[in-house]
This record gives sequence, structure tokens and C-alpha cells, in this order.
Amino acid sequence: MIAEGRTAVAATREVAPATGSVGGTAAAVPVPYQVVGRRDETVDVATLFLVPAAGGPMAFLPGQFNMLTAFGVGEAAISVSSSRREDGPLQHTVRAVGPVTEALCRSGAGDVIGVRGPFGTAWGVDGAATGTGDVVVVAGGIGLAPLRGAIDELVHRPIAGGGRVFVIAGAREPGQIIYDNDLQMWERDGAVVAVTVDMGSPGWSGHVGLVTSLLDEAGFDPATSSALICGPEIMIRFTARALVNRGIDPERIRVSLERNMQCGIGWCGHCQLGPFLLCRDGPILPYAGAVSQLLCERER
Amino acid sequence: MTTTVAELVASHPLLVGLPGDAVAEVAGCARNVAFAPEELLFVEGGPADTLYLVRRGRVAIEVHAPERGPIVIETVGPGGTVGWSWLVPPYRWQFDARAIGPVGAIAVDAACLRAKADADDALGHKLVSRVAAVLLERLQATRIRLLDLYGTHSDR
Repeated sequence: MIAEGRTAVAATREVAPATGSVGGTAAAVPVPYQVVGRRDETVDVATLFLVPAAGGPMAFLPGQFNMLTAFGVGEAAISVSSSRREDGPLQHTVRAVGPVTEALCRSGAGDVIGVRGPFGTAWGVDGAATGTGDVVVVAGGIGLAPLRGAIDELVHRPIAGGGRVFVIAGAREPGQIIYDNDLQMWERDGAVVAVTVDMGSPGWSGHVGLVTSLLDEAGFDPATSSALICGPEIMIRFTARALVNRGIDPERIRVSLERNMQCGIGWCGHCQLGPFLLCRDGPILPYAGAVSQLLCERER
Repeated sequence: MTTTVAELVASHPLLVGLPGDAVAEVAGCARNVAFAPEELLFVEGGPADTLYLVRRGRVAIEVHAPERGPIVIETVGPGGTVGWSWLVPPYRWQFDARAIGPVGAIAVDAACLRAKADADDALGHKLVSRVAAVLLERLQATRIRLLDLYGTHSDR
């Protein structure tokens, strides 16, 4: 299972990793990056802003992940949370759930961490996966991090077919909601944004309930919609089924899956899920077909 | 153009697609209602006499606890339904329901609806099937929430 906290999986088969150069140096050896800033998102989630100690900025696709090294501690797979529309440092949002991610979350300006990647498949927001219809993005917890870059591009893309973007985000409680500023910006820029929490708190006047409770009132057109889902795996399959039940074609639903990503290039096999090596074939996969079946199977 | 109660009932997700005669039976028990922000639709322990079909706004299902005040269990938005305790005896509300903001709803008289369902098995079956589908989805969502998926054991 998961060895360390990875905020997300991502990557798409349709485009080769931009700089990961599978089998090459960037894939196998951590490159030093300097932490030039950090932002505390919640009590246990921080976004790190990184620049390479040498060389130019990393090219990546929304949804891809890097292996981040806390030197002397270990390595963890963390999705890129930058948007390609942004200039500036590479961003990763990390939740402290184990020794490596705790070390990464403690990093501050001036610290150096290692970066390998980017790896894996992407969300396909350039059109191949999302088309010109509505796009429903459902995120649970820190699952919003791997989707951040994709949402930002979708919200600001030229809309040929009149498609709208619906962002439905769930969190445990109001204090665990990440990217509050981004959520407000996306809504201001035309997206339909809805946030719900499992447990309200004093002063919270927003939604309380599972993310699926917001699907009916969101207002998307199932016949033209595609969907992107990232979060805890149980939430993913529950949400995917709810979207299919409402008429979205399973072929147009993409999910982000993860197992124990280690090598990042499909060599070690630790991240195998059925026929897939998720670091290479995933983490982002179509829900239809094998994936929908695999999600229902017990691991042996 | 004025929208009739029957049209509102027919377009609500709980009942959409029902035959016209079934819609007419429900509409015969229904009226259009509005609640101001913070107004209570019903309170725990009170007689459960109404099914609310939410049209606009959001309703909080709450329970209160000493030293904690009201705790919101769930919110229900447009197209949702509020109130199930009218289905089975003793017909008493188990929770409070409060309008978070301005709320518009169709209020269906529960005793009227039960009487019609008892008198017409086909109508009763249609209504119970619709209600069961909503209850099932709520139950399943509640089970998922019990797992605390976004808790500290989760990395995403």
C-alpha cells in the first residue's frame, strides 16, 4: 500500500513525460531544488515553492507527479500542483502523513530537496479527454492538489463548445479546505464552484455532506459532460458510480489512482494494479472498463 | 406566467417523470411555502406532518447538544427533499431543520399523502419507490462519511 504521502497521482499516456526522460538521469537521480517559499494550507498541509538549483524550469503536464526527496529521510511521490499558466516556482502541496512528508512539510526557504520527474499520465485537459462540453471536477481532501493545474487551464481555456467547468470539492471540515483563494478565483472567472464538508463547525454556513450530494444541483449536462475525479479511492469509485448513474459516459470519466510509487518509471513494480503500473500507465486512467472493475476487487 | 403547484411538483426531482394522475394526487396535498433565513421548518420531537420538496435555498438538518449548540448533520439544496419521519409511526421529527438562507419549497401534507397511498396501491408503490431511492443514496453517502476518508490516515 501507500508508503508515503503522495498528494496526487497524475499523468497521461497521450503525452510523454516532459522532462522525466524515462530511463535517463532526470528519472533516476534526484535533482536539487531550492525551497524559495512555503504556504501553510491547513495544519498538516503545506505548499512548497521550488526552483532548480541549476537549469531551467521543469515542463510538466497537469496531473503528473514528481518524486520528492527529503535528504536523509526518504522519497515520496507528490503531484505537481502548479498551473502552466503561472510563471514562477514549481509548486507541490504536501500533506504530512509520514516521516518523508513530515520532513518535506517542515521545509522552509533556503532548504534543498531532491526532485525526480515528472512522471506518469496527465488529465488530458488539452481537449483529448475533456472535449468541448461541460467538465465536472470532483476532488476529495487534498485530492484537489493534483487537479489544481487542470482546473486552472479548464477555467481559462477558450470554450468552443460552450462547455462549463464545475468544481465540486469535499473536505473533512472547514479548516481542511485547501486553495481557498483559487476556489474563489475560479468561481469569479466563470466556474461553478461548490465546497462541502463532512463536519460543519461554528460559523460554517456552507454545504455539509458528501461530494455526491452536490451533483444533482450542480447543473451540468450529463450528455456532454466529462469528469475528473481525485481523492481517497473509496470516494473516487462512489463518485464515479454516482456520475455514471446520472448519465455521464464512463469513457469520459478519468480518475487518479495510486499505489506505492517508487521508481516512477515502471521498473520496480511496486505500484502495480492489475495490468497497470500506475507510475507509468497512471496515475490518471479512464474509469471505464478495467479500472472500474479493478476498483471493486479486493487486494490480495 | 404563474406556475401551478402541480407543475412545481411534477418538476421536482423526487417526482419528475411520474404519470400525470400520480402528480395530481400529490399536488392535491401540496402547497407552496417560503422560509426566512434561520427559520425552523421543524423541530426535534414535533409532529412529523410534512414532506418538503426544496425548490430554492438550502436547509440544514441539525441536532443540538449541550455546550455545543446546533450541529449540522447535512444540508439539503434545491431539488432535494427534507423530512422522512412522516413515513413511519410515531411520526415525530428526529432532528431540527433550519433554513440557512431564504428557502422556497413545496410542502406536502403527510397525512393526506399517506391516506392517498393507502387507498391506491399503485400510487403508494410509485411514491415509496421514489422515496426509497433517495433514502438509499442518503444512507450510502452517510456510510461513506462514517469512514472519515479525509482524516489523518489519508494522504489525499
